[in-house]
Amino acid sequence: MAVTSSNRAVVTLPTDTQILITREFDAPKHLVYKAWTTPELIKRWWSGDRGEVTSAEVDLRVGGRWRYVMTANGGFEVAFHGEYLEIVPNDRIVLTEVFEGFPEAGAVDTLTLTEKDGRTTLAILVQHETKEHRDAHINSGMEDGMQEAMAALEHVAQSLR
Amino acid sequence: MAEPRRRQILDVLAEGERSVTGLVESLGLVQPLVSKHLRVLREVGLVDVRDEGRQRMYRLNGRPLKPIYDWVKTYEHTWSRRFERLDAVLNELKEREQGNGSDE
Repeated sequence: MAVTSSNRAVVTLPTDTQILITREFDAPKHLVYKAWTTPELIKRWWSGDRGEVTSAEVDLRVGGRWRYVMTANGGFEVAFHGEYLEIVPNDRIVLTEVFEGFPEAGAVDTLTLTEKDGRTTLAILVQHETKEHRDAHINSGMEDGMQEAMAALEHVAQSLR
Repeated sequence: MAEPRRRQILDVLAEGERSVTGLVESLGLVQPLVSKHLRVLREVGLVDVRDEGRQRMYRLNGRPLKPIYDWVKTYEHTWSRRFERLDAVLNELKEREQGNGSDE
């Protein structure tokens, strides 16, 4: 049976300091969890179409650290690291995430896996400490005052559908 | 700059055009305050105004939001590519699990 997925990731901005990414997968949650926490599997998908993951370190325990290094298509290297704050196998991971190119703007990510009829919904809530850091994550080139319009974005997005 | 009332005004205008009176009623704020926030929103180009008879009608202008919308689309695209590769990994894990119950 061919498994096709036309699911796309859905990104919303629930508050001034958050980013929420959701996506449904045609797989039970224990496999999504496995693909998310096993270094040799992470290497196969995490870079998307932006490069190759050259290193994935995972010390999957509370207080344990993780670090991914990617060689981007342009040849430069980018790295992310953090610490696991909470681990509920197959259900939930809370971890810190630091982009090493902008280490002041760390975030806390909460991954939640919910299974129904063999399909799994993944939600990643990215919580920044400040609005400024979240906005830097979004786009440093935004014009002043525009950030205020974030709440209206979803209405606009709906009207563009 | 994080002014929740301006955000409320944008939320109301996202539903459709309003007069100041309409906004005052929807928001339960006094008119001078609503007018002050509308002035700021017009200055940054998020709200347009037109005259209709003796009323001034305010509406949301989505164009300045386009860069944010585009950014979200770009970010979504990045995650979509990532998740498509994850789909392939998951299909392989599913096949392995179904084909060999003792695999590990």
